[in-house]
Amino acid sequence: MNLILDSVCKRFGEGRGAQLVLDQISLTMHTGQFLALLGSSGSGKSTLMRLVAGLEKPTSGSLSLDGRPIRGPGSDRGMVFQKYSLYPWLTAAQNVAFGLELKGLERSQIKERTAFYLEVVGLVDSAKRLPRELSGGMQQRVAIARALAAEPRLLLLDEPFGALDLQIRESMQEFLHNLWRSTGLSVLLITHDIDEALLLAQQVHILAPRPGRIVQTLSLDLDRCDLHELRISTPFQTLRHQVADMLRQLDRDLP
Amino acid sequence: MASPNSMTPQRLRRLLLHPSFLGVAGIGFLLVFWTLVAGLGVLDPLFLPSPTAVLAAGREELANGDLWRDISASLLRVLGGFTLSALVAFPLGIAMGTNATLCRLLEPLLALLRYMPAPAFIPLLIIYFGVGELPKVLLIFIGTLFFNTLMIMDAVKFVPRELLETTRTLGGRQRDLLLRVITPYIAPQVLDAFRINMAAAWNLVIVAELVAAESGLGKHITLAQRFLRTDQIFLGLIVIGLIGLLIDLSFRMLMRRSCAWAT
Repeated sequence: MNLILDSVCKRFGEGRGAQLVLDQISLTMHTGQFLALLGSSGSGKSTLMRLVAGLEKPTSGSLSLDGRPIRGPGSDRGMVFQKYSLYPWLTAAQNVAFGLELKGLERSQIKERTAFYLEVVGLVDSAKRLPRELSGGMQQRVAIARALAAEPRLLLLDEPFGALDLQIRESMQEFLHNLWRSTGLSVLLITHDIDEALLLAQQVHILAPRPGRIVQTLSLDLDRCDLHELRISTPFQTLRHQVADMLRQLDRDLP
Repeated sequence: MASPNSMTPQRLRRLLLHPSFLGVAGIGFLLVFWTLVAGLGVLDPLFLPSPTAVLAAGREELANGDLWRDISASLLRVLGGFTLSALVAFPLGIAMGTNATLCRLLEPLLALLRYMPAPAFIPLLIIYFGVGELPKVLLIFIGTLFFNTLMIMDAVKFVPRELLETTRTLGGRQRDLLLRVITPYIAPQVLDAFRINMAAAWNLVIVAELVAAESGLGKHITLAQRFLRTDQIFLGLIVIGLIGLLIDLSFRMLMRRSCAWAT
């Protein structure tokens, strides 16, 4: 997996009302990497994610995955949104199977893969439950399982835990970290949660708002054996404060 | 303090709070009131026939088969016109809900047509198609088409964008979005729209039959009027109401059965 963004710009609207949302974004990402895009609202991070997913087209610049330009959405890039992520009329298992049915896989294969990915996210017992019978955290795990079941080369997460309570969010972060470590997934995470970005990602691109642009890239080499320990350790807290100050400064500099 | 087998305040409270208690009580009250007023004999039975007289009229009509014939005639017209309307409204509503150009083109037109009362079309329909079945079916068709279409269009507009985009990232094409996401997502709202507009269809068929018809519950009432049979008029009205209620209830049951996830 090799994702390359080269001087990507995105402008919405035309003429005088046009708004530059993303300005000259360049980044690369390789197999097995966990990358985070961190920024406050207005930093265009969701737009950037949508460009990678192929749901939007760039105004200029190019995006390519494994040497092929990204032209539209495809099952090689699995996506998980913050909300409305599940089909409410389908059970957890049927939600996971949905993408496989679209691909036209055989019944037996669909069943096998669905069971496997429900196991991966630890929801075998809830296979037959409807989304509304699941907690917010469980719903997002189903959405992740559904994205994984399509066996994408890259997993795109757009504030996946943003709507969850703080405690559930922390356990979901742990879940995602373990998932990434055990599967060797390539993950691109979008978040405005500083802790989340620093805890999980190997590389964090910090975006400044209006127009969205990368102002700093942090490469993190943290000991992530125990996320809870890491979260409360002094070096992590110091780093966290530095990044928070930086984001605050970026917001203050706005015209 | 109350004795053990009398109605304790708690038990009375529980009965009063039962979801269907007040509804049944309301209908019961009207029946008792009607019986009393008719029984007092202050009103001419020609104006207010007693419940027993109406019941007798019903038994008579059931025995000679006239009531069944009228009910089935009215029901078939509604069924025909409404099925036609649903068949057109469903694809049209989805098309308008997913295509902004089509929506901008048709929405003002439908909004205008919607405000033309369907019964006002009856004279035209009679001039065009006579007094047979076709004009009645068409009346129900035009009387419900615009409402059905606009309500389905609205339902489509409320399908979360995330759900459609998730489907596209899973490899779904336009066809999949329509058949496997939009259709199941809006199914409960569509059923509800049909339930509401069915009430209008049921009203329209009666109006059409009042104006000109060979059979049907509306015709039953005009015939009864001609012979001053107020008991038959009451019977017609009650049967119309009961069938309307039954249609409503069956739509609700269909909804509970087929869209349990949304209820």
